[in-house]
Amino acid sequence: MAESLLKVNNIEVVYNHVILALRGVTLDVEEGKVVSLLGANGSGKTTTLKACSNLLHAERGAITKGSIEYQNNDISKSDAYNLVKDGVVQVLEGRHCFSHLTVEENILTGSFIRENPKEAKQDLERVYDHFERIRIRKKSLAGFTSGGEQQMIAMGRALMSRPKLILLDEPSMGLAPQLVEEIFAIVKNLNKEGVSFLIAEQNAMVALKYADEGYIIENGRVILKGKAKELLERPDVKEMYLGVGEEGKTSFRDIKYYHRRKPSFT
Amino acid sequence: MDWVYLIEVLVGGLMSGVMYSLVAIGFVLIYKSSGIFNFAQGTMLLFASLTFVKMTENGIDFWTALFIAAGIMVIFGIATERYVIRPLANQDLLALFMATVGLATFQEGFSQFIWDSDVHGLQMSKFLDIGLLDPAPIFVSDHIPWLDILIPKFDIFASLVAGSLIVILAFFFQKTRTGLSLRAVSDDHMAAMAVGIPLQTVWAIVWAVTGIIALIAGLLWAERVSVSFTLIEAVMKALPVILIGGLTSIPGAIVGGLVIGVGEKLGEIYLADVFGGQGIELWFAYFMALIFLVFRPQGMFGEKLIERV
Repeated sequence: MAESLLKVNNIEVVYNHVILALRGVTLDVEEGKVVSLLGANGSGKTTTLKACSNLLHAERGAITKGSIEYQNNDISKSDAYNLVKDGVVQVLEGRHCFSHLTVEENILTGSFIRENPKEAKQDLERVYDHFERIRIRKKSLAGFTSGGEQQMIAMGRALMSRPKLILLDEPSMGLAPQLVEEIFAIVKNLNKEGVSFLIAEQNAMVALKYADEGYIIENGRVILKGKAKELLERPDVKEMYLGVGEEGKTSFRDIKYYHRRKPSFT
Repeated sequence: MDWVYLIEVLVGGLMSGVMYSLVAIGFVLIYKSSGIFNFAQGTMLLFASLTFVKMTENGIDFWTALFIAAGIMVIFGIATERYVIRPLANQDLLALFMATVGLATFQEGFSQFIWDSDVHGLQMSKFLDIGLLDPAPIFVSDHIPWLDILIPKFDIFASLVAGSLIVILAFFFQKTRTGLSLRAVSDDHMAAMAVGIPLQTVWAIVWAVTGIIALIAGLLWAERVSVSFTLIEAVMKALPVILIGGLTSIPGAIVGGLVIGVGEKLGEIYLADVFGGQGIELWFAYFMALIFLVFRPQGMFGEKLIERV
């Protein structure tokens, strides 16, 4: 078994001291793997990622139970700056490019964490090699680029910090199917270079296709986990998340309700 | 129309506009990077110049005093970020605004408490041997024969200082890493945090830089109107400047200042009869700002929202 990179142990997250968003999420990202976190709107995917990257407090959220370990160190009390330095970086949902900066400036902001500014030049080339599309747009303002390009800018920016683990939140949001495939193909390439991924996605089909492992999250708890290939084959997953029933397509009206419980992982 | 007189009025207006711009830049810096409208800008000016004046009155020489005052303002700026802004991070912006109102009140009392509440004169020409600080005005006709106007030398000095400050700031923002992080933070806090830009450090830098700008602006203003609480009121003139120039734009603060300076003087001289007598200089700036608020609320150079359709 490969070394575990990120371990989330049964965390509970509360926003604003009242709103319970996560009630027991446990997951494990092994080194060199792509792990997908699937679930519907509001099921807690983004919250899980933000808990891992320590961005929760910026939205008045806090981890009230459980722990998060990165390379066997507890990081739930660390901060975003140090985490990025240690190699965990998040690509936010909805891209969040700096719209008044040029594409190149956007990407460069990702390298400020590093002491040696000279390395930034090489890394910039590496980013452009992965994302050919944005090389030609490097002088234009990021706010004026297309959704797919913005997704690439955001990922390129994250790549500049030479991360070991990228937390990718909803990369397919608002993109054409072809672009989604392109983005995931790049994820696969980066993965071959040794970057691990934890991807939160609603588009279960694509996410499982490119992932090694998958977790399904519902109402703030993980209800299923397994190898991506096995998950793709499960009838309940097929029906709930892929829209394919046993006898071809089913309508959501006659969907079977699968009673699931939170499995115990400990 | 006496065109030489008109030019003289225009130049006078531009020069006083520069003084407004200097104060407005301080507002813009903080607003741009953190979305906070810093009500304490005026008292920062007062505190800075009072600190400087008291030191020179106690026999410390000009450069040392300037250096120490700058140091105090930097420390003060960092402390403000650490103890006032940071505990309130992610709170409602109104709460942060109220905090700066509190800061203003505190600073007003604090500077009285450690220094005093007298009116102090400041004459930089006593310390610095620069020809431009000579109070006598320049006859431009000595240099340009066809232009027969008078310009106070000090105004030229102030404009030069302001101009170089603006060039330095522009360089800082466009070319340095810190400047780029600052612009990133002002665009999107969350994304800046996600890529590992330390927000708190960036804010501390902004407050420190603002403190130094407050010192420079305070000294120039003090030379004109003396160091006292009138300084705080002078700063209120910077409000219409940022409304006109745009809260998020440094060039806007500069152009806005010039527009207000010139508009005020022109209004005073050519429109006074229309508006019922002398003294419209006092409120004309606010009147112009009101018109801007109606027709172009983001100001001349305010950030246009980039929206994808």
